[in-house]
Amino acid sequence: MENIALTEAVFYILLSLNEPLHGYGIMQNAEKLSNGRVKLAAGTLYGAINTLLEKGWITSVPGDSGDRKKEYVITENGKKAVLSEIERLKELVENGEKLTGGWNK
Amino acid sequence: MRKVIKKFFWAWEYEKEEKWLNEMAAKGLALVDYSFCRYSFEPCEPGEYSFKIQLLEHNPNHPESEQYIRFMEETGAEQVASYLNWVYFRKKTSEGPFEIFSDIESKMNHLILVKKLLLPIGILNISVAFMNFVNLGFNAPHFLWAPFINVACAVLIFAGLSGINKKIKALKKEHNIFE
Repeated sequence: MENIALTEAVFYILLSLNEPLHGYGIMQNAEKLSNGRVKLAAGTLYGAINTLLEKGWITSVPGDSGDRKKEYVITENGKKAVLSEIERLKELVENGEKLTGGWNK
Repeated sequence: MRKVIKKFFWAWEYEKEEKWLNEMAAKGLALVDYSFCRYSFEPCEPGEYSFKIQLLEHNPNHPESEQYIRFMEETGAEQVASYLNWVYFRKKTSEGPFEIFSDIESKMNHLILVKKLLLPIGILNISVAFMNFVNLGFNAPHFLWAPFINVACAVLIFAGLSGINKKIKALKKEHNIFE
């Protein structure tokens, strides 16, 4: 697994796709998870979804009728990426808290 | 009751154009169609819609563009018009602020696409001007003023391009520390 930081958009998209969701569902879920802070715009989300599909971190769920909204779900590789990102974030938070303990809040 | 307004914006002024469309919507006139310099409006509740203009990589009829536009529509936006590769979207303001890009990188990519559209047109104008200078100089010195039209076009386009370059540079700087 590469040791590169995920973007916030990608992180929340992957988390949201723990269960199958369509694009609009991802936008709503990311906003809910972040208490309204993360508002994914549709163009940004579209680009990220396509990149994640190419990378094989998410996959589209085969739908019953062709006209329905496309749904996506996270893959095993996507889960691995999220887990390694969480490790990285933990390190950031730990170091951050350790070293800023004496700073005024 | 349609109202048609004739107005011209340069391609690099699409943000200004967007602002104007939003001002019109705030006054109760929503864009419903566009063809070259011709904006058609229909009455709406004042401030009912927000508008955004986006340049796509392909023509709106291209399958990739169709897929993208369908995705936009799934998220509550609506395509109201298109012109060449430019698409005009609207979204109900009741559904929250309308943005197409929420990260620096995709904002930069969109500006780069606009740049890619303008650069060849600017270069073409310079080459045409140069060739005409040489040709007319030999064959029709009376018309030596004509290539200046191309020179003027090129100057305008490169001024527009430099504005876009400035925006890209500013975003790049921000991207050094932010996402």
